[in-house]
Amino acid sequence: MEPPPPDETKLLEGLRNGDADAFEALVRSHGGRMLSVAKRMLRNEDDAQDAVQDAFLSAFRAVGRFEGGSRLATWLHRIVVNAALMKLRTRRRKPEEPLDELLPHFLENGHMERPAQPWSQPADRALESQEIRRLVLDGIAGLPETYRTILLLRDVEDLDTDETAKALEISPGAVKTRLHRARLALREILDPHLRAERG
Amino acid sequence: MMTCKEFVDFLMAYLEDELPSSERTTFEGHLAECPPCKTYLDTYRQTVELGRSVCAHDDAAVPEDVPEVLVHAILAARKV
Repeated sequence: MEPPPPDETKLLEGLRNGDADAFEALVRSHGGRMLSVAKRMLRNEDDAQDAVQDAFLSAFRAVGRFEGGSRLATWLHRIVVNAALMKLRTRRRKPEEPLDELLPHFLENGHMERPAQPWSQPADRALESQEIRRLVLDGIAGLPETYRTILLLRDVEDLDTDETAKALEISPGAVKTRLHRARLALREILDPHLRAERG
Repeated sequence: MMTCKEFVDFLMAYLEDELPSSERTTFEGHLAECPPCKTYLDTYRQTVELGRSVCAHDDAAVPEDVPEVLVHAILAARKV
């Protein structure tokens, strides 16, 4: 187990001693990143701020039990993801938005309407392009809520199928089906921009 | 025989090693004979990788400032 960096050790000591300055320093140093994670999940500024507030209050209560086995940032990241999930659960459930328009289309004989073309650059090189990063983030943001949440939990937050099912109170089968559809839709969104031969 | 549509339907189960062996054999037979489906599988993998890496990159980027009103709300709520 790696010891926390010295500045974190000092901050933790302040938090455990109830030092008001330490609480403020924690909010200022980690709040921005937590807000961005909450916004990615909730797509709503007010809900995201509520989730960050809930997350900090949980963290303040639990800091005495934080053993420093992970970095503070990692610990707070998990807490804000959970707070955002709670928020999603308590939101009035919206009727599921259709995704069919975003899925690949097939001919009657089962062939692809538009056969797949290789992409112009591998994922690790595409990551260097700000335009592509924006495209991916906007693509994820544009998915209907149910699909976006599952894609984020499974592919970004690395929850497994059962953990995701439990968090969203749906069956593991539904998680798998929706994750696959979310990935297919995201692929369709990215494809026209990343095809080696555009058009 | 498997169609391209069925191939796409079974893609995730294949990648997660959840296909029974007979269906896996059929899937791999189609994969060997259909270049567009091979390309589709590659780009599906890249989609998953891009989603993961772009969000990780976003998390590691310089964070936005926390709105003052939120800082004050959190610190005030702590005292309640």
